[in-house]
Amino acid sequence: MSTFRTEEMTLNMGPQHPSTHGVLRFIVRADGEVMREAVPDVGYLHRSIEKIAEKVGYHGFMPYTDRVDYVSAMFTNHGWAMACEKLGGVAVPRRGEFCRVIATELNRLASHLLSVGTMGMDIGAMTPFTHAIREREMINDLIEELCGARLTFNYMRIGGVGWDLPPGWREKALAYLSHLEPIIDEYNALLSFNKIYVERLANVAVITPTEAIDYNLVGPNLRGSGFKWDLRKDLPYSIYPEFEFDVPVGKGEWGAVGDAMDRYMVRIREMRESARILRQALQQVPDGPVLAKVPRTFKPPAGECYVRLESARGDMGWYVVSDGTAYPWRVRVRTGSFAAMGMVRKLSRGLMIADLVALIASLDVIAPEIDR
Amino acid sequence: MSMEPLEVYGRVKERFGGQVLEIADKQPDPWMVVEPGALAEICRFLKDDPETAMDCLGNESGVDYKDRIEVVYHLFSYQYRHTAVLKVKLPRDRPSVATLEGLWNSANWMEREIFDLLGVNFDGHSDLRRLLMPEDWPGYPLRKDFVEPLEYHGISTMRENPIIRLHAKKK
Repeated sequence: MSTFRTEEMTLNMGPQHPSTHGVLRFIVRADGEVMREAVPDVGYLHRSIEKIAEKVGYHGFMPYTDRVDYVSAMFTNHGWAMACEKLGGVAVPRRGEFCRVIATELNRLASHLLSVGTMGMDIGAMTPFTHAIREREMINDLIEELCGARLTFNYMRIGGVGWDLPPGWREKALAYLSHLEPIIDEYNALLSFNKIYVERLANVAVITPTEAIDYNLVGPNLRGSGFKWDLRKDLPYSIYPEFEFDVPVGKGEWGAVGDAMDRYMVRIREMRESARILRQALQQVPDGPVLAKVPRTFKPPAGECYVRLESARGDMGWYVVSDGTAYPWRVRVRTGSFAAMGMVRKLSRGLMIADLVALIASLDVIAPEIDR
Repeated sequence: MSMEPLEVYGRVKERFGGQVLEIADKQPDPWMVVEPGALAEICRFLKDDPETAMDCLGNESGVDYKDRIEVVYHLFSYQYRHTAVLKVKLPRDRPSVATLEGLWNSANWMEREIFDLLGVNFDGHSDLRRLLMPEDWPGYPLRKDFVEPLEYHGISTMRENPIIRLHAKKK
């Protein structure tokens, strides 16, 4: 038999590609359909947000935090507010904390809906995306009533939230939850348990818990590997200890523990848990102010702090250094997508080219969060 | 058993003595400054010691203090849920420190970012390239004395204020 000449191909994917979740580029080295390696090239959305923080002051930076992760801006708002409060020793009124939890959990639902929808679209199922976006629109409407914006919320303030819940809003939110819970079953019937979909995701890009921790993978990606860890439970902040909810983890029902399907299912199950938290929070909102009195020129004492919170994409860390002036000396945001994208090169080895898309979607990577 | 950060620093001080330069008991977060040459060894100790078991490098960042550059490491133990903050002080002129990539793979990208934005060299890093900025970008943007160039490859980095332009049109 004569030898068949083969050669390694170098392919370019992105930066404008429908399934890269923002502007992302991969340089793929492939042997036929099998990837040797996919090297991510990021930075297309770098807007020097950390540098801007040094110029605009503590209050002024809040709208910029929206742009760190525009799909779940409530969490970046919350993280920045928490860091400033820890530095300046500001206590948030109880009703303010409830507003925060309600807003962030709604945003988690919206973010997971988008993630689930685009996951289907990336695999090739177009219809579920429109269903997921339909439910997400309703959340956007609710949040719009709350803070006037649908994407870049700028809802939180240092010391609380900007606006109280509007009259009648709680009932609307509760009605939405009753609408959403059966819809999740519909997604499962339509997409999650679809044979083709499961086949595409099961046993793809398996991550063990040790690897996940080594690469600092966080949130649903870490839980997908079967490691039960949620900052809301394990290092609680805000008023989360008051609520009852479970932490879903990947169990490997369709393949190995920690495959793409597990990461997907964790998001689906987390939506139910978020709905549970929301129900409890909406029913228990106490009366009182939503915003503490914080001076207009906020000058925390010199020092530094590192706060972590569970965003839709997992453990988000804010490292803030104050020099005692009205401007932060240094702000650093460590995000879940950044760590996940750092792992793609390793995970891509030996995958099919078509599975690269499934991998990125299952890690729920958002490009602006990587580049900031 | 879970330890307070200061207990962790005391344990490191006991073992490494003079290589721990400073333990800053500050609020809200205390930290420890270590000798840059001993960083990798101290981190290996913190990771492997069963009492501390820091299995995760949660965050690595660089800060420019005008007279020096500091690289800050936030370590975390999933097992005991305790944290430690380590710092190394480096000269602003050619700052360099050993990479921690061999201990925690998460260091790879975070060190690339620090190299990119603050110009810190990480000895022994497997893939030290710019991460966010273009490869031929001049200078290190997160340094305090960085001045943005007026143009990049003939593309202006400044933009005329659109409101002024609008008024000019009306006239």
